[in-house]
Amino acid sequence: MDFWDGNFGVFLIILAQCLAVTVSVLVALAFLMYADRKVWAAVQMRKGPNVVGVFGLMQSFADFLKYIVKEVVVPAGADKTVFYLAPMITFVLAVISWAVIPFADGWVVANLNIGILYIFAISSLEVYGVIMGGWASNSKYPFLGSLRSAAQMISYEVSIGFIIVGVLISTGSLNLSEIVRAQDGSYGLFSWYWLPHFPMVFLFFISALAETNRPPFDLPEAEAELVAGYQVEYSSTPFLLFMIGELMAVVLMCALISILFFGGWLSPIPGLPDGVLWFVLKILFFFFIFAMTKAIVPRFRYDQLMRIGWKVFLPLSLGWVVMVSVFAQYGWFWGAYARWTTGG
Amino acid sequence: MTVAAVIFYLFACTAVASGLFVVLARNPVHSVLWLILTFFSAAGLFVLMGAEFVAMLLVIVYVGAVAVLFLFVVMMLDVDFVELKQGLAQHMPVALLIGVVLIMELILVIGVTLWADDSSPLRVAMAPAPEAIENTQALGQIIYTDFIYLFQSAGLILFVAMVGAIVLTLRHRSDVKRQSVVFQMHRDPAEAIVMKDVKPGQGL
Repeated sequence: MDFWDGNFGVFLIILAQCLAVTVSVLVALAFLMYADRKVWAAVQMRKGPNVVGVFGLMQSFADFLKYIVKEVVVPAGADKTVFYLAPMITFVLAVISWAVIPFADGWVVANLNIGILYIFAISSLEVYGVIMGGWASNSKYPFLGSLRSAAQMISYEVSIGFIIVGVLISTGSLNLSEIVRAQDGSYGLFSWYWLPHFPMVFLFFISALAETNRPPFDLPEAEAELVAGYQVEYSSTPFLLFMIGELMAVVLMCALISILFFGGWLSPIPGLPDGVLWFVLKILFFFFIFAMTKAIVPRFRYDQLMRIGWKVFLPLSLGWVVMVSVFAQYGWFWGAYARWTTGG
Repeated sequence: MTVAAVIFYLFACTAVASGLFVVLARNPVHSVLWLILTFFSAAGLFVLMGAEFVAMLLVIVYVGAVAVLFLFVVMMLDVDFVELKQGLAQHMPVALLIGVVLIMELILVIGVTLWADDSSPLRVAMAPAPEAIENTQALGQIIYTDFIYLFQSAGLILFVAMVGAIVLTLRHRSDVKRQSVVFQMHRDPAEAIVMKDVKPGQGL
C-alpha cells in the first residue's frame, strides 16, 4: 500500500493543507492590515505607514516584532487563566473557520456538508473572546465594552442567519462549494446570487460590519467613551492575538460575501477560466469596501445600533426568507430562486 | 483501539469532567465557562455519531446564544458565596431525590428503546431510509413533513410563553423621557445648525 493512502500519510497531508492555508492567510493578513491603514490614511489625506521597507510594506512585520518582544502586563485583580484564554480563543476561532472555505473548485481543507453552519457556529462563538477578555480584566471599561459587544454580536447574528437561510433555500445545500457551483451559469456575473438576492447583499454587509465590531459599529471598543473597550488591559502578544483574530474575522466575512453572493471562484465573464485568482480579487474588493467604510462613516449611537438590528434588519431578512421560499417553491423568475431545479 | 474510539473517550471524559466542574467551581462565571466546554464536547460526540447538523445546532443555539445570555446575567450578579453555601445541607436531600428520579427516567427510556419487544419497528418507523440521505434532510423531513403539526404547536406554545413573559415585565413609565426615532430622523439641519463665519482673533 502506498504510504500516502495510509492513516498516517493522510494525516500528514491534512496537516500540510492546514499549515498551507494558515500560513498564507496570516501572511496575506499582514499586507491586508497595511492596506487597511493605507486606505484609511489616503481618505484622511495622510501618507500612512511609509518608513519600514519599500512604501512601508514591511510595517506589519515590524509591528509584529514589536508586539512579541514587549512585556505582558496582567492587571492585579485579573482572573489570570481566563485573561490569557480570551485572546487565544479569539485567534483560534478566527483561524479554524478557514478550514471550510473553498478557494477554488476542490481547493478546500474540509469539504463539510454543513460548511455554512460550521462557519455560522464559529462566528457565533467569537463573542466569547470578547466577553471573557472584558470580564477577566476586572476593570470597568473592559467590562462595559464586553457587555456591549455581547448584545451587539448576538443581535446581528440573527439577521445574518436569516440571510444565509435565503441563500440556502435557493441552493438546496449547506455545502459552501455547492453554493458556489449553484451560481455557475451561462450569464457570468449575472448568474450569481447578488442579483436575485439583491437587497440582502447590503443587509449582509452591514450585519458583517456589526458582527466583526468594525466601524461604524465598533462600539465595544469605542475609544472616545470606553478607551479601547475590552482590549484596555491587554498588551503585547495577547493584544496582538486579539487584533489578528479580529482582522481575520473581517477577511473571513469578505470571503463569505464573495462565496454567498458573488460566485466565489467563478469568473465574472463567461469564457474566462474560473480559479482562485477571482476569489482573491473578490476578497480584496470587499476588504477595500470594509476599509473605506471604516474611513468615511461616523460611529453609530448604541441604541440606534440595536434598533436597526432588531427592528429593521430582523423583519426584513425574515420577510425575505418567506419571499424566497415562495419564489423557489413555485419556480418564479425563471427558476432564479430555485437553482437545484435548473441545475445551476 | 481505533481513532474514533480514542476521540470518543476524549470527548466523553471532557464532557463528564467539565460537567462536574460546572457544579464544583466556586466562581459562577467559571461554572458557565465549564458549561460551555460541556456543550462543546457534547457537540463533538454528535459529530462522531454522524449527526453533524445537530452538533452545529447545539453549538449555535446553546453555546452561541443561550450560554452568552447566562454569562451576561451571571457577570452582572453580585453573588455572596457564604450565603449560598449556608443552605447547602438543607437542600441536599431534595437535590439528591431529583437526581435519582432523573437517572431512573433515563434508565427507563434507554431500556425501552434498547430491549423492549416492539422497540425495533418503532425505531425504524421514526428514522427515514438511511441510504443517500444526509441527516440535515432527514431532520427536515421528520420535523417539517411528518410531524409538522406537532412542531408548529410546540412553536405556538413557546410563542405564548414569550408573549406572557413580555406582558409580565412590560410597563410604561410616565416619568421617563423617550426618544422618538421618527422625530429624530425628520429633524431639518437648516433649523438645528447655524453656520457662523468666525474671524480670526475675534471669537463669537
